[in-house]
Amino acid sequence: MRIVQELLFVILFGAAVYLFARKAGQIRKNILLGRDKDLSDHPDLRWKNLFLLAFGQKKMFRNPLVAVLHFFVYAGFLIINLEILEIILDGILGTHRLFVPVLGSLYPVLISLFEVLAVLVLTGCAIFLVRRNILKLKRFISKDLDGWPRSDANYILITEIVLMALFLTMDTADQTLQARGVAHYIPTGSFWISGMLTPLFSGLSDGTLEAIERGCWWLHITGVLAFLNYLPYSKHLHIILAFPNAYYASLEPKGEMENMPAVQQEVQLMLQPELAANAPASDTMPKFGAKDVMDLTWKNLLDAYSCTECGRCSAACPANITGKLLSPRKIMMDTRDRLEEVGRNIKANGTFTDDNKTLLRDYISEEELRACTTCNACVQECPVSINPLDIILQLRRHLVMEESSAPAEWTGMFSNIENNMAPWKFSMDDRDKWATE
Amino acid sequence: MHIKTMAEYAANGETPEVLFWVGCAGSFDQRAQKITKAFATILDKVGIQFAILGKEESCTGDPARRAGNEFIFQMMAQNNIQLLNMYGVKKIVTACPHCFNTLKNEYPALGGNYEVIHHTTFLQSLIDEGKIKMQEGGTFKGKKITYHDSCYLGRANNIYEAPRKVLETLDAELVEMKRCRSKGLCCGAGGAQMFKEEEKGSTRINFERGHEAVATGASVIAANCPFCMTMLTDGVKEAGKEDDVKVLDIAELIAQSMK
Repeated sequence: MRIVQELLFVILFGAAVYLFARKAGQIRKNILLGRDKDLSDHPDLRWKNLFLLAFGQKKMFRNPLVAVLHFFVYAGFLIINLEILEIILDGILGTHRLFVPVLGSLYPVLISLFEVLAVLVLTGCAIFLVRRNILKLKRFISKDLDGWPRSDANYILITEIVLMALFLTMDTADQTLQARGVAHYIPTGSFWISGMLTPLFSGLSDGTLEAIERGCWWLHITGVLAFLNYLPYSKHLHIILAFPNAYYASLEPKGEMENMPAVQQEVQLMLQPELAANAPASDTMPKFGAKDVMDLTWKNLLDAYSCTECGRCSAACPANITGKLLSPRKIMMDTRDRLEEVGRNIKANGTFTDDNKTLLRDYISEEELRACTTCNACVQECPVSINPLDIILQLRRHLVMEESSAPAEWTGMFSNIENNMAPWKFSMDDRDKWATE
Repeated sequence: MHIKTMAEYAANGETPEVLFWVGCAGSFDQRAQKITKAFATILDKVGIQFAILGKEESCTGDPARRAGNEFIFQMMAQNNIQLLNMYGVKKIVTACPHCFNTLKNEYPALGGNYEVIHHTTFLQSLIDEGKIKMQEGGTFKGKKITYHDSCYLGRANNIYEAPRKVLETLDAELVEMKRCRSKGLCCGAGGAQMFKEEEKGSTRINFERGHEAVATGASVIAANCPFCMTMLTDGVKEAGKEDDVKVLDIAELIAQSMK
């Protein structure tokens, strides 16, 4: 019987890890569909960002109360994973609480700390559910989240609550069985939370308790492994990708737009034709801006997978606040959805086969792009270092340079700059008129 | 006051301490011209040797670039850089945060490397050096002033304190809007919005910001950007407060209050 359980566990664990690794590889491939951008500079600053922004969740603390709750859930989830290690080893080896003899009197202290964290996670998630579904915070009832995204958020919170409850129930049953001296349940010393809960189980028989303990153990680890495989399909993937995304966050001032060397060179040759003789010949027509996900940088695509749809960007976006169609969160969700679609297309056909769709227009409309004031509020607010503005500006570049699609006022502004050196139709001769008045 | 151009300096074989980059709004917009004059007056008063490019100055290319037209941007930028490098310009001060951002952050990639300073930072250093002295009991003493962070000075370049330090010298009561510093709400003009009609929405961005500024009870809204100036002035008007609340640039506030 024991060997069957061990075998079952090894199969379950192996399958979960295999499936997750396969999906992770797919996501990596999708991200690398983006155009290249070298972000390997200044590793010292990048590590600093990783520690401050991802580990330290610095940006979350712009709203301290929510930050503390989120930190509990994050720390709880991270630290309780140490317990998962014991659970996995127990599962493979058919042991029970393998670490007791190793850790001695430290063991109950550690488990007790995990239990405290579990209670904090549970409380945090419960409050988050209330904020989303009862208090209905504006950024959570936005139409961006209609359908799957809203359910996704609730599934995550409910799963975490269930997993924590299973963990605490398992410990409580274990503590009760220990107190009764039931064989196999080796004495560990008292756990702080489950130790207090044992009276709840006092009326149950040893057999029932063993069934509860084993049942919770299996459900908990199965739940954890299932959750792992849910991540790649969910906004919750941020728990992993927030780390690389913070590392690769831009180190430039937010106001700086990415240069376009191809255009720079072309204009240079136009202004200084004498340089043309030495210019390297290029036979490929460069593409300007982005029309689809493959035209964006790999960092833009990593951004899309890192987005947890919290909506802090859109809540700070002046266009969104004043009822415009633009929502930076939707820009990120659209980018991920389109990228997933392109990934499926490539998987089915070997290479990308035109599906008559693009990120521009099929997902993101011109009206959305036109509403952006480039104020950087979305970039500033994002706790996981996402830059929606960079995507917006690349799509705008495509619209103007590839399709000559711009509002008439902008076309006028362009020609004013070109002809009068100012965005308005004033005579160049009047530029210093103020100085003579 | 005669304002010399770089060409005049060059003709005499001289170089000024600093180039005052006026910008298109500062040159042509009637309201912004007042900011330009105020800042030039301050520079003149404290005896800074400065020059303008005069008729030779062109748009930095910022609105074209942000609208998506990289060609126009590159044309403007490369011409400007050629001119600036020809004059051997080392230090630039500008009263426009958009020009500031482009000159400081985007010209280096194209071969234009200068020390670029926004006028609020420049004013702060003049005050710190004791070159600007304020009147006792100046015009704004005891008045309520709220400061509007422009996006291109604030979030884009992390300059939040210098303008506030300058305002502190006015002996006024500084009140903050709820959305300030890195959380400051845009005026609605950036990203070339200044040059087109706003997209459909429930309200205009400058109305939203104007109401927020008026709600502080301040009698002066201090700005640092000619585009914010236009937007906020309209916002205040929409809130029906144009007689009680003045939108003024930090340079104008200092020019009116210095000895």
